[in-house]
Amino acid sequence: MNTRHMSVGEKCFDIANYLFLAIVALVMILPVMYIVAGSFASDLEIGSRSFFLIPKDITFDAYKFVFKDNTLPRSLVVSVFITVGGTLVNLFFTFTMAYALSRKQMIGRNIVLNMIIFTMVFSGGIIPTYLVVKSLGLLNTYWAVMLPVAINAFNLIVVKSFFQEIPNELIESARIDGCNDIGVLWRIVLPLSKPVIATFALFYAVAHWNDFFNALIYLSDAKKWPMQVLLRQIVLMATGALEMGTYDPTYVKPPDQSIKMAIIVVGTLPILMVYPFIQKYFAKGVLIGAVKG
Amino acid sequence: MKTSEAEQHIVPVPTAVTSKRSTLIAKVVRDKYLLLLLLPGLAYFLLFKYVPMWGVLLAFKNYQPYVGFLGSEWVGLANFKQFFQDPVFFQLIRNTLLLGLYDMVFFFPAPIILAILLNEVRKSFYKRFIQSLIYIPHFISMVIVASISYLLLTTEGGVINEWVLKLFGHKIDFLTSENWFRPMIITQSIWKEMGWGTIIFLAALAGVDQEQYEAAIVDGANRFRQLWHITLPAIQGTIIVVLILRMGHFMDRGFEQVLLMINPLNRPVAEVFDTYVYTAGIIQGAFSYSAAVGLFKAIISVILVFTTNYLAKKAGHSGIF
Repeated sequence: MNTRHMSVGEKCFDIANYLFLAIVALVMILPVMYIVAGSFASDLEIGSRSFFLIPKDITFDAYKFVFKDNTLPRSLVVSVFITVGGTLVNLFFTFTMAYALSRKQMIGRNIVLNMIIFTMVFSGGIIPTYLVVKSLGLLNTYWAVMLPVAINAFNLIVVKSFFQEIPNELIESARIDGCNDIGVLWRIVLPLSKPVIATFALFYAVAHWNDFFNALIYLSDAKKWPMQVLLRQIVLMATGALEMGTYDPTYVKPPDQSIKMAIIVVGTLPILMVYPFIQKYFAKGVLIGAVKG
Repeated sequence: MKTSEAEQHIVPVPTAVTSKRSTLIAKVVRDKYLLLLLLPGLAYFLLFKYVPMWGVLLAFKNYQPYVGFLGSEWVGLANFKQFFQDPVFFQLIRNTLLLGLYDMVFFFPAPIILAILLNEVRKSFYKRFIQSLIYIPHFISMVIVASISYLLLTTEGGVINEWVLKLFGHKIDFLTSENWFRPMIITQSIWKEMGWGTIIFLAALAGVDQEQYEAAIVDGANRFRQLWHITLPAIQGTIIVVLILRMGHFMDRGFEQVLLMINPLNRPVAEVFDTYVYTAGIIQGAFSYSAAVGLFKAIISVILVFTTNYLAKKAGHSGIF
């Protein structure tokens, strides 16, 4: 369709379309850039200029303040720990189960598959899940933010479909060479699945990095809070000071804008830094699921 | 493999009257490594998905933490009666359904439209450039989206309110106004997920047979006609599957988001089932009552999914079940 002659109307449509998409992309990226710019500006400048992408006087004061005591660095370490640990838990649970379910001859396969699909439609809800976590003695441990979300049913089914695409001959020949199913998964299937592993590692890692709700309900000890819970406390609850969990109603003055912006940047940057490296994989990974419908 | 063969000999040698039991054992022995791999995942689903389903029985009990789940007395439908008589009941229904409806009308079509427009872009570097930018908000957490909204919308020096002041001569209190709550929530969702949502539709669009377009052009169809007669019918199946999956989350629409944006002033329009369950259950400790509220919500969700699926099948599509 590139070879035909374009009418005036079509050219107009194309120009309008290119412009519209550029505006959409700008709307998505400008707020983020403004926050980054603001984190390097003084509060005076934020108050006096309505919008800017480059501050007049670049200052690192907000970052110095944020890293002055150990509250925020500690929550960063906690976030990294939960993200890495949680993602490993996710990958182990998801990939072992997905491989077992991808082998059509396994007994009980359909029962388990239906059981999983049912959980996508109906769930016990927040309260019963909370009580299970509590009765397992996981409250206030990092297991509570990893184990209850160990498998995402949708991701599991996509990985399973991917494994089914691997030629059966390959698996059979490995088996004839004396490999059992665990060996086949480890030596044949996983090495063939690097893009899929990268994609789902990213998906799970993003979910862990961005999760605040599980941490909020399961981790009552403020010293164990990840970045997102701290952020909510500082920016949204207007606790005023960086003293975590100690809401002081007499001190209602929220922290300065630039400091809030600096905290937002610190909470977002790590996950955005990973994004360009994995971007080439995830489009492929999502497509595996998408084409299946 | 050797051990499994050895063990298979223990199983009675299959004869003409092979019992079902012995073939079952033989299969378990044959698949023992697969079953071992299945085990962690299965344990996960049983423990964290199915045990809580059993836990919905809490809704029919008066749960006392110190006597535990089994020791607590049965109270029948008392918790539900209490909930249905509470004025908050209608508020929750209204708020949850309206947010879901806004979502379907404004948010659901957004990625489809954007994907179609992106698909019309023929300069592939431009397409890829736009794509990389519009995926970014998906990776930003809801807490941060809410924080950015606060910083931009606040009447005390928020950029957007500065602009509103210049344009209209007065500020708008987006954050605590009942009228602005729903538009604000939907705008956040569109901003965060519209770009990411295009991936699945772009994949469907990539699968459309290009010869159909060429044939249509020969027949004199313009771009709009091509869209109407080829593109939309081709991605209809994907749209319906995404729609059914979204219906499953119709009732828990934007829970974390609402929890972050709710405040005493917008609470009458903001409170949804899940925020109410969270406040009554986790914060105030009314476990049985909020479990009843949660169960009521879950049942409505299931009905919605099955109805949509049924209607999709009636209309001649494949559905997901």
